[in-house]
Amino acid sequence: MSVAAVDMRVEDGRVIFSGPLEVKSIAAVWQQAMVAAKRGPGQALNIDISECPHVDTAGATLLLAMERLHESEVNLTGADAKASALIEQMRHIIPAEMTEKQVVAAQREADKAQAGPDLMSMLETRIAFFGETVVALIALPAKMRFLRGSDFAHIADNAGLKAAPLVLMLGFLIGMILAFQSAIPMRQFGADLYVANLVAISLFRELGPLLVSVILAGRTGSAFAAELGTMKVNEEVAALTTMGIDPETMLVLPRIAAAVAVMPGLVILMDVSGLIGMGVVLMILGFPPNAIIAQILSTTGPADFLLGLSKGLVFAAAVAMIGCRAGLTAGNGPRAVGEAATSAVVGGIVATVLLDGLFAVLTYRLGL
Amino acid sequence: METALPHDAKDDGVASEIVVAVDNVAQEFGSRTIFKDVSFNIHAGEVFVVLGGSGCGKSTLLKQMIGLLPPTRGRISVYGHDVVNETDAVRSQIGVMFQSGALFGSMNLLENIMLSLAVFTDLPLAARAEIARGKLAMVGLADAALRLPAEISGGMAKRAAIARALVLDPPILFLDEPSAGLDPITSAGLDKLILDLRDTLGATFVVVTHELQSILAISDRCIMLDREAQGMIALGQPKDLKAQSTEPVVRAFFNRETM
Repeated sequence: MSVAAVDMRVEDGRVIFSGPLEVKSIAAVWQQAMVAAKRGPGQALNIDISECPHVDTAGATLLLAMERLHESEVNLTGADAKASALIEQMRHIIPAEMTEKQVVAAQREADKAQAGPDLMSMLETRIAFFGETVVALIALPAKMRFLRGSDFAHIADNAGLKAAPLVLMLGFLIGMILAFQSAIPMRQFGADLYVANLVAISLFRELGPLLVSVILAGRTGSAFAAELGTMKVNEEVAALTTMGIDPETMLVLPRIAAAVAVMPGLVILMDVSGLIGMGVVLMILGFPPNAIIAQILSTTGPADFLLGLSKGLVFAAAVAMIGCRAGLTAGNGPRAVGEAATSAVVGGIVATVLLDGLFAVLTYRLGL
Repeated sequence: METALPHDAKDDGVASEIVVAVDNVAQEFGSRTIFKDVSFNIHAGEVFVVLGGSGCGKSTLLKQMIGLLPPTRGRISVYGHDVVNETDAVRSQIGVMFQSGALFGSMNLLENIMLSLAVFTDLPLAARAEIARGKLAMVGLADAALRLPAEISGGMAKRAAIARALVLDPPILFLDEPSAGLDPITSAGLDKLILDLRDTLGATFVVVTHELQSILAISDRCIMLDREAQGMIALGQPKDLKAQSTEPVVRAFFNRETM
């Protein structure tokens, strides 16, 4: 739709508008009109709109803004019946401008509503959620009917089987990169065969569970948060609560169980694919497979492998719990779900690294 | 007046400019037919209601009229512009209020309303705020300008959504279930608001609703869709339909009877 232009001119002390005073045209004259309205305080302001074929609500707002700005007498002439009815109606409903103080107060209230909770209440939420989950776990035998096998299978499928190709690919690539990067400096000392020992130990004890946990946080933790966050926003969680079914038992425990159940498989997949990636690099460097396998077996034992697996189980429980917590404590509105997913990923990764540090101290003290 | 589907008289004797023309429109989803052969015209300045029971395709028809869903068959035009092929021309003529209000949660009410002003006009910020405040005042929400959508009630959200639909003074406003989920007093207030706005702005209102009281209060003319009939079963003034229709579903609807 083409927009007809509106002009403003001042003749004999009269401000004359010509053209339609409409929302899409008045931008051209708004500033000029405000300046004209401020001029000559104490004198009457005469506005003529007889050359305006149409005045819409925005046009009426312009005229009323001029009227208010001028502060003394304003005479409006040339308005047809329709325009004057509209202007008259708008004059009654448009309130006086808010005072600075009111604006500041309202803004503060809005900011408060938009700002998240403070550190203390965040900590409180997390501890409370952990406690509620533990209580739900203890009370589980009496509430087995709340659990649905198909839910568990569906979640385990999403978190485990569907993550397998990604774990396989990343494991293989990381094995290759580790082997290649460490082979270069170690070759200077003629120790490049020991790359096999280095990569195997770091994969079994550290990188295997750590990387799978990061993948779990990114893929599954965020999915839990988004899913439960949406349920919270749609009041499905409230519906469960009012039906007497506590969300911890029905929604959280199956998710934690599924994540813990798929973790060993994923860690093994990561370890094996990493070793294969490393093997490929070492074979390219000229080492026979037998020598590589002998090196791996000479330095790593079941203890390293099992340590990695048990770390993985703890990481998985933490990541799943944090994902569920982020979802169930999501706020309201469309942003809440996004924020919950972010919080799940960040929280999951931070918790994994903290727990990994704890494991490092423990295994050192226990001599494992 | 014969009210049961006067197909050849789709203007129903009303003589003023046609702003929305719906011509033999059908909607199918896969093998499921929602409605077919729907034809009617909406005239300038009237409050036109699309009514019918749940699942009859009221909201689908609304989506077609505002260009969100191309009809399977038939043609809909707004001021002569085809809603499917001339979307931009149509969009500049219409304002839409969605059932939930669909206010943007991250913006306060004033910002929600100022958004289209910032996009479609060159007005300075102060002017945009002034116009948006005027629109909020028109729907009785001047004091809530700086509140977020999450902080206001359902009725206020609907009013704010109407203000947002009004912001560029479009000649046609489409309202989807404006009184759904509201108490009778708020709902009556909204009906009055619609009539006031029509009188103040001279705009055409197309309202989708199944609230009988609302229909009788605001509607100049209405069309009734029916799921069983897969199409329209009545077109006319609600009081005539209530009093004279021979169609059993129409009678049942207007007289609150069971079938």
